[in-house]
Amino acid sequence: MIDPKSHILDLDLMSLSQVEAILDDADEMTKILNSDFKKTEELKGKTIITLFFEPSTRTRSSFEQAGKILGADVINIVNSSSSSKKGESLYNTALTIQSIKSDVIVLRHPHSGAPYFLSKLLQESTIINAGDGMHAHPTQALLDMYVMKKHLGTLKNKRIVFIGDISHSRVVRSNILGLSKFGAKIVLCGPQTLIPPDFLSNKHLPENHPFKNIFYEPKLNDAIDQADVIMPLRLQRERQDSGLLPSLREYSTYFGISLKKLQNAKPNTIVMHPGPVNEGVEIDHNVVHGQNSVIQEQVFSGVAIRMAILKSVTQNKALKVE
Amino acid sequence: MSKNILIQKGRLINPANQTDGIYDILIQNNIISDISNHIQPNNNFEIIDATNKIVVPGFIDLHCHLREPGQEFKETVATGTLAGAAGGFTTLCAMPNTIPPIDSKPHIESLSNISKETGAIRVLPIASATMKSEGKILTEMFELADAGAIGFSDDGNPIYDPFIMRQALSYSSQLNIPIINHCEVPELSKHGVMNESWVSTQLGLPGIPNSAEESMVARDIMLSKLTGGHIHIAHVSTSGSVNLIREAKKEGVNITCEVTPHHLTLTDTIILNKNLSDQNFVTSHHSYDTRAKVNPPLRTSSDVQSLIEALNDGTIDIIATDHAPHSDIDKICTFTEAAFGISNIETAFSQIYQLVINQQISLHKLIESLTIAPARILGAQYGNLEKNKPADITIIDLNEQWKVNPEKFLSKGKNSPLDGHTLTSKVFKTIYQGKIVF
Repeated sequence: MIDPKSHILDLDLMSLSQVEAILDDADEMTKILNSDFKKTEELKGKTIITLFFEPSTRTRSSFEQAGKILGADVINIVNSSSSSKKGESLYNTALTIQSIKSDVIVLRHPHSGAPYFLSKLLQESTIINAGDGMHAHPTQALLDMYVMKKHLGTLKNKRIVFIGDISHSRVVRSNILGLSKFGAKIVLCGPQTLIPPDFLSNKHLPENHPFKNIFYEPKLNDAIDQADVIMPLRLQRERQDSGLLPSLREYSTYFGISLKKLQNAKPNTIVMHPGPVNEGVEIDHNVVHGQNSVIQEQVFSGVAIRMAILKSVTQNKALKVE
Repeated sequence: MSKNILIQKGRLINPANQTDGIYDILIQNNIISDISNHIQPNNNFEIIDATNKIVVPGFIDLHCHLREPGQEFKETVATGTLAGAAGGFTTLCAMPNTIPPIDSKPHIESLSNISKETGAIRVLPIASATMKSEGKILTEMFELADAGAIGFSDDGNPIYDPFIMRQALSYSSQLNIPIINHCEVPELSKHGVMNESWVSTQLGLPGIPNSAEESMVARDIMLSKLTGGHIHIAHVSTSGSVNLIREAKKEGVNITCEVTPHHLTLTDTIILNKNLSDQNFVTSHHSYDTRAKVNPPLRTSSDVQSLIEALNDGTIDIIATDHAPHSDIDKICTFTEAAFGISNIETAFSQIYQLVINQQISLHKLIESLTIAPARILGAQYGNLEKNKPADITIIDLNEQWKVNPEKFLSKGKNSPLDGHTLTSKVFKTIYQGKIVF
């Protein structure tokens, strides 16, 4: 029987010290990644299954790479369309995977809360949330904070600006929960149709709610002024078709990050992106590859962070059998 | 031939005639034959000692789902009526969104036969307002009414087309039978699975805004004004809806409405975390409880307060359960995939009795909302515990505490968000037409 606390569901369930411990350990993991012989035996004998119901390149491959470097056996079940097309429920698929003795299930699912659902039902496998619907993407937020800390030193009072499709972004939600633990100043920007009403005005939020710390800036120039971090979000083309936007053209004119608009920000501001990038929509090609961009560093750090997470869930007495 | 039953020393509360006092009640030949301060027992009487209990008219549920025909794995008339009896009900009005929908005289007659053969208590059919509940062609309302339909509804779905709604209200007006509408503008609730609020934002679940309900309530008020037809708004859930209905009633619009036990007592925060009393807004592995997924969704505490006020001031006419039993397959899945609906007919009274304990509504109001008030909407003789009336009687112990265990429900639907909650007050006996059915 697994301690329910050992799953990585979202950052609201981790304390500041747990988050800091993972970020610290990621430094050690970075050393391994940068060494000539990238292999340890720390997870030897453990089986990790990545179960992805949505397409993914960087998250899935970085989990696989992280597990393999640490000596674990990694099995990838991609898209799982085979079983879902046969009408098998998520619950039965997960039971099957648990029964082949997986220690860790890394789950990506289009439905918010899917890893919570499995954590209630599975008794023997630890679950890591690799993105659930619009809800959370805790390992992405951890790697984002890791990169931010590297460049900014501390996160306290730093101005972190997220731009664009906040409503549909699990990356932003997890980042808000994580960044607010460090006392960062979180700013959201974008057309109102892409911002949940409770982020536009926090008058309905109860006191002490982590979302109380959020500021909404409707205009891009105001938002990125004095920003320490600018993170435009991927804008799915469906948003135009579903009536949330008149056109991608207008979006990119008013909210897309170009080199010109970046001139209104601090020269040392860093530009991040959770990927995959829609160049020319939310961000221009020459910003993605420009001097402020740390996007490739995010991908690299993703491996280190996921190594640290896999270590923590497998070694944290997480798999203690009662 | 059922036995004569003597109910002794119970506190009789009958809002229909303002009775509240300790009485003995005698049932002979399925009829209440005597109500007196003391009735001398004899050997032919089965005695029920109701000391320290309340004795009230059998409850009437104007809105429940019995799932038969078509979805017998979720509920049947047999199990649904047993569950109703356990909840103190003696009359259930069954919604027609069965498979196939109850949209013609043979369907009504078939349901009536099933009810007579297998039902533990009275089942009154609600017929579809439109053929196949598709919202396009009106059903044969005159014939359906003659066959026993007590209301017309496409429940589960709204009557979407305003022209069809106008015709439905107009055509049914000479029958004195309400059109019961599930008010929801689908373009506004699109993909929504819970209330749109900070909770849905935090959980990343698509929300259903209050305006999805309110804008159709407003439309229906206008169409009732236009036609004079009786509109009954099913399961109101928002402050805005009751404000609109309150104003409409002042103007004399032919409108009634109902509220469910869950909308009166629960808020959407139960989906985030069962225990918000400590003011932490952290998810847990109990988050995303599909048993709290219901349509209309559980709203906020300010909506709940408005609903309670509206019940007290008469804006809301009745309490109806919207009992919606589902099987495990419908609920053991992600929140997005889960079916809407709560199985609540066995917990309904006790759930709302919390509001009486908290002095938010009176015991009389609670009983009235489950008895004579729905009887008035039905235009029926039920809901009145008087001499020479049919013996539909519920006896309740207001002090008994019990822990909700859905596995023990008589309903096939175990989908209750109250699982594990302790409730105060429990139905002790239910008598339907002189027979003890619970």
